[in-house]
Order: sequence, then structure tokens, then C-alpha cells
Amino acid sequence: MANVLVFTELHDGHVKPVTLEILGKLAGQSTDVALIGDISAEQIAILAKNGAQNVHKLKGANLDKYSPEGYANALAEFIKSKNYDYVFGGATSMGKDLLPRLSTKFQAGLASDVVNFTMDGGVFAGTRPLFAGKCLAKVELTGPKPHFVSIRPNALGMTPNPTAGAGAASDVNANAGEIRAAIKEIIKATSTKVDLTEANIIVTGGRAMKNAENFKILNDLADVIGATVGASRAAVDSGFAPHAMQVGQTGKTVAPSLYIACGVSGAIQHLAGMRTSKVIVAINTDPDAPIFTKADYGIVGDLFTIVPILTEEFKKLLGR
Amino acid sequence: MNIFVCVKQVPDTETKIIPTSDGSFIETASIKWIMNPYDEYAVEQALLIKTTIPEANVTVVRVGSVKDTEALRTAMAMGADEASHVAAGDNLDSYSIAKALKGAIEKTGRKPDIILAGKQAIDDDCLQVPQILAEMFNLPSVSVIVGFEMNGTTVKVKREVEGGALEVYEIATPVVLACNKGLNTPRYASLPGIMKAKKKPLAQLSLADVGVTDADRRVKYSGFKLPPEKPAGKKFDATDAAKQKDVVAQVVGLLRTEAKVL
Repeated sequence: MANVLVFTELHDGHVKPVTLEILGKLAGQSTDVALIGDISAEQIAILAKNGAQNVHKLKGANLDKYSPEGYANALAEFIKSKNYDYVFGGATSMGKDLLPRLSTKFQAGLASDVVNFTMDGGVFAGTRPLFAGKCLAKVELTGPKPHFVSIRPNALGMTPNPTAGAGAASDVNANAGEIRAAIKEIIKATSTKVDLTEANIIVTGGRAMKNAENFKILNDLADVIGATVGASRAAVDSGFAPHAMQVGQTGKTVAPSLYIACGVSGAIQHLAGMRTSKVIVAINTDPDAPIFTKADYGIVGDLFTIVPILTEEFKKLLGR
Repeated sequence: MNIFVCVKQVPDTETKIIPTSDGSFIETASIKWIMNPYDEYAVEQALLIKTTIPEANVTVVRVGSVKDTEALRTAMAMGADEASHVAAGDNLDSYSIAKALKGAIEKTGRKPDIILAGKQAIDDDCLQVPQILAEMFNLPSVSVIVGFEMNGTTVKVKREVEGGALEVYEIATPVVLACNKGLNTPRYASLPGIMKAKKKPLAQLSLADVGVTDADRRVKYSGFKLPPEKPAGKKFDATDAAKQKDVVAQVVGLLRTEAKVL
């Protein structure tokens, strides 16, 4: 059995879903949770139900906002005061930025963007995609402890932990240390949708969308089914959509439950970024488009007529 | 001002990846190598800084196989002044690569003011090296930047986070910055640039020269394999306008009853 710390980010006072995915998968280990700031008793109860023994709330000056140095300093000091074999976190925007710096404070290794793992005998062995998911490899850690692991959101799935933890909450005096790179300002995104990497449903437009305005029909569909809208590299490079929306090898790798590709031909680099989606629907006028080789349900037809019908059918089905 | 740009050489995005028979890595013999696409934004940003500070030196640094030096020659053809290449395998882990980059930068004898890199290499997709390098140098860092301004010794950068929101940072140099698509539009190397690049200095180093050994490895990979193929799905013809509504209704029905995703 290993001593494991799971670092959780908070979003509007809630722990991120990836934290619960990790906790469920760590069943059988001795697992604590650390977070920066404060959370409600209700959230602590959720962590306890999923196996958290202790919930450490790190509090201190200059930790109200994320900074790579402040968070890394505070967490490193706390982790040094304990005896953890492993530190897990989500491969989110923050996790990807923070965990490499934090692990290096221990001259330790980080297995990043892991999509599955085992803890046989308290030893981590993971699987992670490389080359944007064109292949998979086994990943193991060596060298000084603790070892660090970041987990891709939506990859493990929610497996309930059969053993609840005590969920003993405590405040920890944390020290942010010197912060040279601090956030001066946050420019909010125009979209309020969940990020592509965490979305449960994604609707993506390709080159066949022809222009940015036509994405409206995808937005209409997305609104009905609660989806986030993405774009292929061809659509982004043609200026139809910003890079933040790009799915594929030079964009985001996604793994939603449902992926609807509209007018996307299915270049190798695009398929690499979305192939682990659980169910794939493709709409394309070309019956030989490569996207159909990955689609569970392919519709050969013009997206400009099919998508509005799809929106209407979903409305009927979902009663919206 | 000393600007360093870390670049990696990776398989072209259209490459079909084939694991080796023993699963220890991938077949590399027939791969077309390119500069990691995100590193192009880092090189371009360095060159943009150099246009406003002409005395700035731009050195590109790469750790990786010796099969060809495409990435470094491309960067110098774009306008970088010189390059360092640390010869190593193509499957080093992030910690070893960062340590080797640090060693190579120190070997130049120049203190870095700005270190630029792509936010991720599209081969191992780890997103670790720039942040590890920053910590090893004890420097601040900002990753996934899509905006850059410079005023004297202060840089103002925009970092893209989930959902497309932007965090704005103001930092005094020295600093490590990891660049994302959207930061700038990388230039193409001109023909005179390509000719000039051939005469620019390219330092050749070994891992031993930069103090990296097998003991620096932190992440071990094995069992490279292709992901499981999905069985063929169902395809419906909706080219006939009269059938479209029925076909779509059928697919929506299947999404609920068969795929159970709604």
C-alpha cells in the first residue's frame, strides 16, 4: 500500500471531477487530498466518500490566485513535511503548468497525461498516449520520491471507491515564497462552455463549414445537447475559428462521451486528437472520407441540411 | 541580450506511427522529421524580439538524435544566430532533456535573459520541459503563451487556460516562456537565409558534455503499441433529401437506445 497525496484544484468552490476519478482508481491505497484555499463541509464529505483520509487545506498570503511559483512553493513545503510515495493531480491547464515545476523541486519524475494505471503492490504503472494518441506506451517512474503523476480528465471514468476515508479536514499554514510571475489580470473567455478537454459532448466543424459565421448552426446544436464546439486544423488555419477550439495533434486531445464531426475529412492528425471519444458521429458529403473509418454512426450528406435536422431531432428527444 | 530557443525535432504530423517489434519505441527509419510545430512560434518570437533589439543573440538548442539537423538548420535559416546540438536518443524523458538543455545553455557561457520553447512537443506530448528547465535555472516561467509584449526588461504575456480565458502576467527578465499557436505567424526561411544558415556556428555536444547520465532518467517507457481499433460503425446515406429526416431520426434514436450517450 502506498501513501498518496491527490492535489485538487477548485472550480467555483467545487473539486474538479478528475479528482474523484483519481480517488476512485486509488482504492486500496492510503490517500490524502490537498488543496489551496478552502472548501465546504459538503465537498469534504464527497472527498471522504471517495476515499480521502485527510483533507489538507493550504492557506497563506499570496495564494488567493494561482501562480506557478507560489503554488509550487506552498505544496513543496507541505509535501516535504509528510511522507508521500506519490502525488497525483489532474492534467488540466493548471496541472500541466504546476506539476513539472513541483516535481523538479524534489528532482523527481512526473508521468504526465496518464489515461489508465494500476498500483499493484503500491507501485504505480501507467498507460499514456504518445504522438497525440497514435500509439500507447507503458509508463513507470524511477528516481527520488515522491513520484508525480498527472491524469487526463475524462479518461479513467468514475469508479466508486468501495472504502470511504475519514475525511479529516485540517488547515495548513502555507508559504508562497517568492513569486516573480504573478497574474495581473484575467481576461474572461467569450464562451461560458466547459473546455474541450473536459467536455462530455463535442461538436466539431471542419473545412466544409466554409466560414466563421456558419459555425452558428453548430452552436445551435451544441446549445441543445450541452456540447462544447471545436474545430479542425483546416478550419482554424482558414480563420473560421480560434486555435483554442482546435482538436487534433497540434490542438487539443479530447475524450468526450459523444463527438459529432461535421464536415471534417479526418486527417491523421485530427483522428489522433479525438479517437478515444466513446461514441463518434460523422457527417460528411464524401462517403470515402477517412473520418468514417472511426465513426460509430456515419451520415453521408451535406452538413448544412443535416445539422439543423439533427438539432430539431435532439430537441424532440430531450424535450427542449 | 541573450535569447535561447529550445527546439525539438519530431515526426511530421501526417506520420503513421509504427511501434518497434519489441515495443521499446517506434520505427524511426522512414520518418520525415520536422521542427516541432509549437517551437516555430518560439523561434519566431525570438526573431521578433531581435528586430527591436538588433544586438540580441538568438541561440537555438536541441537535444535529440543525429539523423539530421533539420530543426536547427531551419531555425538558423529563419534568422537565429547560432545553434547547439546535444546528441541523444529520441526517447529521452523530460527531466533528462531539460537537464541537457540547461547544460548546453550554460556551455555557451552566456547568461539567458529569455528562454523560449514550444508549449509541448508533439511526439511525447509531456508538456514538461519548459517548466522543469525554469525550476532548474530557478527562473519564473509562463506556459501556453499566446501574447507577448516587451518593455525594457519587463515582459507582459498572456497565458491561455481552459475554455480560452487568458491570464495576463508581467514579469521581469530573465524568464522562461512556453509558446502556443496564435502567438505569432512563423516566417518561412528565405533562400538567402538557407544559404547563410549553412555557415552559422553549430556546436556539437554529447550528453556527457552537458553532465547527463542514465541516472537522470525519471520516466521509463516500454510496451509501445497501437491503440485498439474500433469495430466498423454504421453508415447511413442521407444524400437523398426525401430520406434525410428519417436517417437523422434513426441515428438520434440509436444514440439513445444503442450507444446510450443521451
